[in-house]
Amino acid sequence: MAVAATALDSQRIFVASQWQLMWWRFRKHKLAVASALVVAGFYLVVLGADFLAYADPDASEAQRSLMPPQRVHWFDGWRFAPYVHGFKGARDPLTFKRVYVPDLAVKVPIRFFAEGFEYRFLGLIPMNRHLIGVDGEATKTIFLLGTDVQGRDLWSRLMYGTRISLTIGLLGVTASLVLGVVLGGISGFYGGVLDTVIQRVIEILRSIPTIPLWMGLAAALPREWTVLQVYFAITIIISLLGWTELARVVRGRFLAMREEDFVVSARLVGCTQLRTIFVHMVPSFMSHIIAATTLALPAMIISETALSFLGLGLRPPAISWGVLLQAAQNVQTVAISPWLMIPSIPVIVAVMAFNFLGDGLRDAADPYGR
Amino acid sequence: MLAYIGRRFVLAIFTVWAISVLSFVIIQLPPGDYVSSYIAQMASMGSVVSDEEAQALRIQYGLGQPIYVQYIKWMKQVVVGNFGMSMEWKRPVTEVIGARLWMTVLISVSALILTWVLALPIGIYSAVRQYSVGDYLATFIGFIGLAVPNFLLALVILYFGFVLFNAHIGGLFSPELQDAEWSAAKVWDLAKHLPIPALILGLAGTAQQIRIMRANLLDELRKPYVVTARSKGLPETRVILKYPVRVALNPFASTIGYTLPYIVSGSIIVSLVLGLPTVGPLLLKALIAQDMFLAGTIVLLLGVMTVIGTLISDILLVWIDPRIRLEET
Repeated sequence: MAVAATALDSQRIFVASQWQLMWWRFRKHKLAVASALVVAGFYLVVLGADFLAYADPDASEAQRSLMPPQRVHWFDGWRFAPYVHGFKGARDPLTFKRVYVPDLAVKVPIRFFAEGFEYRFLGLIPMNRHLIGVDGEATKTIFLLGTDVQGRDLWSRLMYGTRISLTIGLLGVTASLVLGVVLGGISGFYGGVLDTVIQRVIEILRSIPTIPLWMGLAAALPREWTVLQVYFAITIIISLLGWTELARVVRGRFLAMREEDFVVSARLVGCTQLRTIFVHMVPSFMSHIIAATTLALPAMIISETALSFLGLGLRPPAISWGVLLQAAQNVQTVAISPWLMIPSIPVIVAVMAFNFLGDGLRDAADPYGR
Repeated sequence: MLAYIGRRFVLAIFTVWAISVLSFVIIQLPPGDYVSSYIAQMASMGSVVSDEEAQALRIQYGLGQPIYVQYIKWMKQVVVGNFGMSMEWKRPVTEVIGARLWMTVLISVSALILTWVLALPIGIYSAVRQYSVGDYLATFIGFIGLAVPNFLLALVILYFGFVLFNAHIGGLFSPELQDAEWSAAKVWDLAKHLPIPALILGLAGTAQQIRIMRANLLDELRKPYVVTARSKGLPETRVILKYPVRVALNPFASTIGYTLPYIVSGSIIVSLVLGLPTVGPLLLKALIAQDMFLAGTIVLLLGVMTVIGTLISDILLVWIDPRIRLEET
C-alpha cells in the first residue's frame, strides 16, 4: 500500500510542471506561506487604502491635536455593537498640555460600510462608502490609533502611507530588476571583458556607503517638484544602487546554465541569441529571479522610510511610513505621545514578511535540490 | 599573494575615483554655481565680494569651463587638502568636519568589532547546540536584527531609556564633559557611552554573521574528520574549536568588506536619532542648507575611509586564508 502510494507520488513528480513542483515545496515552508498571506494583506491595503481609511488623511483639526488612541468597546451590553466613547478636550492647568478624557456619557457607534469622504475606488469607481465610520457630525468621530500634532487621524494616514511605501518599494525593485537582469545577463552570457568590467562596477558600488550618497542625491531634487515627480525620482535613486545583488544572482544563473545541454542544443539548431536567452534560459531561472526580487524588496522599503524619515525623501503632503515616522523623531514627543511610533510596526512586519517569503521562495525555486 | 593584494589595491583606487566623481556630482547638482551662491550668501550677511575676488574664485574652480575641467580643478584642490569653504559655517570644510570624522571612524570600528565579538561565539553555540532553546533565541534575535531598520531600533531604545529609566541615552559624552578637554575622565565617559550606539549599528550585521557562521559550521561538523577527531578522544571543545571553526571562519571573514559600508551608512542616520557627534548630523544640515562643498566632502571622505577599511580587511583575509594566498591569478 505504502509502496503504491510512493510510486503514485513519484509519478506525479515526474509529470508535474516546474511551477507545480515549486508550489509543493513552498507549501511545506509554513512560515513562508504565512508570510505570503501577510504580504497579500499588505497589498490589499494598497488597493483599498481609501476604503479602509475612515477619515480624510489630510483633514486637520487643531481641537484634536495629539489625541491618544481610543479604546473600542465591542459589545454594548450583550449585543455586538462596537462603539467608542466621545472625548472632552481640556488643558492641564499645570503643564498647559492638552489632555483628553473619555466622555462616558457619549457613545459613538461604529458603523460598517458607513458613508464618508468621496474617493474613487481603485482610482476608477466613485464611492463614499468606507469599511467603518460613524454617522453624524464631525466631532463625533473615531480615532483608532490617535491623531498627530495637526489632529489628523493616524489610522487613515497609515492606510495611505502603506499605499505609497509599498508601491515605491515595488517600483524601485522593478527598476533594479531591469538593470540587474540586463547587466547581470550580459555579464553572465557573454563573459570576457564585459563580464570583468561589470563585476568590478558591482564591487565598487557595493563598497560605497549608500546612505550618504542617497542623501546627497535626494537633497538635490528641486524643492518645487510635485509629489509625483519626487516619488519617481526617489524610486530611481533607490534602485540605482540596489540592483547589484540581483545582477549577481542573474549572472550566477547564466554562468551555470550556459554550458547546459539544452542551451547548447538550442544554439546548435540555430536559435538567435535573443531566442536562446528569453525562450530557453530565462524561464528556467525565473523562479530564482522572483526569489531574489522578493529578498531585495525589504531594503527598498527601509531606504524609502529612512530617507523620508530624514526629510530628504518624500515630503508632506505625500504620506508614507517614513513621513509618518518623522513625527516621532524627537524623543520628548514620543515619550508624551507614544502612538506616533505606531507606523514603525508595519515597517517591521512588512520587512520580516518579505524576508521569510523570499527565503521560502528561494528554497522552493530549486525543486530538484535536496 | 602580492598579486592578490595588488589587484585589490587597484580596485580600491578605482573605487575612490568613482566616489570622487559621485561626490563631485553631488556638489554640482543644485542649480547655480558655487561662486554665485557664495556671493549671495555674503550679500545677505552684509559684506560685498569684489568682482576681482569673484573672478579669482571662478578661475580657481574653473567655472564656465567644461565639466571635466571643473572636476580636475576640484580634484587638484582636494588632493592638497583644500576642500573648499563651508557656506554655512564660513570656515574651511576641513575645520568644520574635524573631530567628527574620527568619531565616525571610532563608532563604525567599534560596531564592527562588536559584531565579531558577538557573532562568533553565538554562531558557534547555535551550530553546536542546534535546535536548542539558545539556538532558537539566537535565530529569533537575528531575524529581529535584520528586520528592524537601525534608526527605528535607536528610536525604540531611546524611548524605553527615557520612559523606564528617565535617562537620556543619546550622545557620546555626558553633558558636563561635552566641551571639556581630552582627559582620562573624558575617555572613560566615551567608553561608557559607546556600547549602545555600537550595538544598534552592529545588530543587523551580527544577525547576518550568526546565520553565516551557523550554516558554515553545521556543514563542517557533519564531515568525517570531525568524527575521527572525536573518536581519537580529543576533548569536545578542542574538536570543535581547533578544526571546524577555523574552516568555517573563512567565509565569515570575507563578508567584512560588505559589512563596513553598511555600518558606515547606518552610522549617519543612527547618529541623527541618538544625537552623536559624528559627520551624520553635519551632512544632513549641509544638504538641507545646500552647503554643497561640505556635503560633497563628507560623502567623499566617508567613501574613502570605507574603501581603506575594506582594503585592510581584504589583506587580513589573505593572511587568514591560505587558499587565497596560494591562488595563482
